[in-house]
Amino acid sequence: MIYRESGQFKTTYAADQAMLPILQDKIFVLAVIALAVALPFLVSNYVIQALLLPFLIYSLAAIGLNILVGYCGQISLGTGGFMAVGAFAAWNILTRMPEMPILVGFVLGALCASGAGVLFGLPALRIKGFYLAVTTLAAQFFLVWLLQRPFFVDYSATGVISAQEIQLLGWTVDSGIDKYLFALAVVVIMALVAKNLVRSSTGRKWMAIRDMDVAAEIIGIRPMMTKLKAFAVSSFFVGLAGILWAYLYLGQLEANAFDIYTSFDVLFMVIIGGLGSILGSFLGAAFVVLVPIFLNIVPGWLGLPLDTAMVSYIEVFTFGALIIFFLIVEPHGLARLWTIAKQKLRLWPFPY
Amino acid sequence: MTKSMTRKLAAAGLGLIVGLTGMATAQAQSEEAQYLPSLVYRTGPYAPSGVGFADGFSDYVTLVNERDGGINGVPIELEECETAYSNDRGAECYERLKNRGDGDGATVMAPLSTGITYTLIPRTREDNIVLHTMGYGRADAAYGPVMDWVFMVPTTYWSSTTVTMQHIADQEGGWENLEGKTIVHAFHDSAYGREPLEVLRGYAEEYGFTLEEMAISPPGVEQRSVWTQIRRMQPDWISLFGWGVMNPTAIRTANSMGIDVSKIIGGIYAAQDDAVEPAGSAAEGYKAVTFHGPGSDYPVYDDLQEYVYDPGLAAGDGSQQGKIAYNRGLINAAYIIEAWRQAQQEFGEGEVMGREETKWAWNQLTITEERTEELGMKGLMPPVDVTCRDHEGGGLALIQQWNGESWEQVTDFMEPDMERVFPLYRESALEYAESEGVEVKECD
Repeated sequence: MIYRESGQFKTTYAADQAMLPILQDKIFVLAVIALAVALPFLVSNYVIQALLLPFLIYSLAAIGLNILVGYCGQISLGTGGFMAVGAFAAWNILTRMPEMPILVGFVLGALCASGAGVLFGLPALRIKGFYLAVTTLAAQFFLVWLLQRPFFVDYSATGVISAQEIQLLGWTVDSGIDKYLFALAVVVIMALVAKNLVRSSTGRKWMAIRDMDVAAEIIGIRPMMTKLKAFAVSSFFVGLAGILWAYLYLGQLEANAFDIYTSFDVLFMVIIGGLGSILGSFLGAAFVVLVPIFLNIVPGWLGLPLDTAMVSYIEVFTFGALIIFFLIVEPHGLARLWTIAKQKLRLWPFPY
Repeated sequence: MTKSMTRKLAAAGLGLIVGLTGMATAQAQSEEAQYLPSLVYRTGPYAPSGVGFADGFSDYVTLVNERDGGINGVPIELEECETAYSNDRGAECYERLKNRGDGDGATVMAPLSTGITYTLIPRTREDNIVLHTMGYGRADAAYGPVMDWVFMVPTTYWSSTTVTMQHIADQEGGWENLEGKTIVHAFHDSAYGREPLEVLRGYAEEYGFTLEEMAISPPGVEQRSVWTQIRRMQPDWISLFGWGVMNPTAIRTANSMGIDVSKIIGGIYAAQDDAVEPAGSAAEGYKAVTFHGPGSDYPVYDDLQEYVYDPGLAAGDGSQQGKIAYNRGLINAAYIIEAWRQAQQEFGEGEVMGREETKWAWNQLTITEERTEELGMKGLMPPVDVTCRDHEGGGLALIQQWNGESWEQVTDFMEPDMERVFPLYRESALEYAESEGVEVKECD
């Protein structure tokens, strides 16, 4: 009853093809954005800095990987490496050209990640599935190794480098709230870009390649361009996420912070959240980032006298069990559960 | 019918939550305590090093609470947070714990990982919390005027490397005999492993020996090709900066290639038991530099036995006692507690110290040899003398050797070559100050 589209008539093609054709969806999305903007003024610094900020940044990375895996059907295990390329490229550009505006530096850094993505995406033209996973895995290890060369850290004696301060039109992004709002702005804009991209002809080509590449080729889609475009766009998003991770969350750059586990985490987010769904990227990121921390804190709230290692083990196996549970209940991910919930809401409270 | 059932369940659930919350608050209500957060890694790939440290840290706090009733009657409330050695979990732990506890909450943090340290340096600066990084972390923090909230007590990678070099020179019969020799630095291919390179290059240039830099890619489970190359260089000495599984593998591989293990000197994080135990008999004779005495032959262990182990208050399963990582945990806790004790002397005994007081205490922390004796830790814990300028407090370190069963102390605590490393600290720290806009403090 609440969620019912009857009575909403579309009189133009534009209205019919809108990103959110149903009024309730529009209201919901705007309400979420409004809440996201208001949130930092309502909750503690811990929630902003330690929960919301990593959630936002990982959402961006998950959107990026979802474009590649969920929409174009090309598997990648190199996400961590591409994140690292973005972060290190941005840092090097901004260090070597200090007069460069920071946002331009970020975009150039993300473009470098994009280039790396295209380079390591080349094998995708010949191989698929597990074979591609292996070559992107090689990218992960190679890129992290490469970025540990002294050149990329500007020959710093300690090898770990601090990220520059972000300054925009006199606004210095230094407090937790500033960082959160900056990340929020980037993520909202990029999510809109992604959402529109996957509805465009580019996105449809990706999906055609994903669903059956031979058929797609026959109807006139060029596999090389389409696949490489997916790698480029995906790595751009992922690279940007890497930049935000280094500049906003860690405040420092270290290639080892983008190890293979980062790649796995982002892949889990995409799979648990739902392949081929922008919303799913957010749900997946929330699940992977927040649930383990929640599980780690709960025994303390309940006052259970467990030692640290035991709490940690409980966290790990409960989290694993939850992943299996959700994937059994809904193999298409959390986004699919959300769609089902919406369909039920259309009929609620009078299901037949 | 279904509905009422749901309601009942909901009511029961709510009641449970309310009850448990009540319990939690009831537990928290006790006398004022000094809050001590502890970031540990009892799980994850590096747990073999982390468990010992966490146990030692916790046991020393328990000892002070049980034997002395805390610091002048102020009990210490220790809370652990598991990082699994991961930077993001470390940052999360920091944010979670920093405002817990009485008074100002957390006043000092020991992050136990170089990566986490780097993440926390700007954050602790903003929050005015002291960051104590014992041996690991950012060596240039030893230059006090820049990072007045970070302390490297009692040593850094750089200082301990000068001690290693001193030991090599002593063995060779003087610095002049190093000429024409070959020294290999085999290191974990990361920021950590590259730390001592600059110091070593300085020595190589000055004394005319050949320095060979051999990077080993982490995690380092297969090192045959690296050590084949090293053997071809016919090195006179080898400095090993590995971490985790890399250390025992390096020692075992070197031994199987016929390299004399007693010519290998490990860095401070290649000096723990997990470096030698898995290597078995191959590690016999292996040396390493460390910043505390090995073993458990110190009076403090008698107290630990009486007040902590016997009453069953020991952290963990007790298997770590007397190990290197455990001793490091003990002395880390001891430095932190001594700093609070000195803060209390200045600002009021029997009170909970705040962030400002704690920072003051660390900036003048002086622990004499007599004091280490009073603590029952003479020889275990190096004396330190922190000043506004020097945040390392002396940088004493010693060389130990693995005899196949336990670590034996080979040298006494040795002074590092401060004249060599201090300008390096200053240069690097001033660079940091400039890039970060940190005000450089005046020290008199």
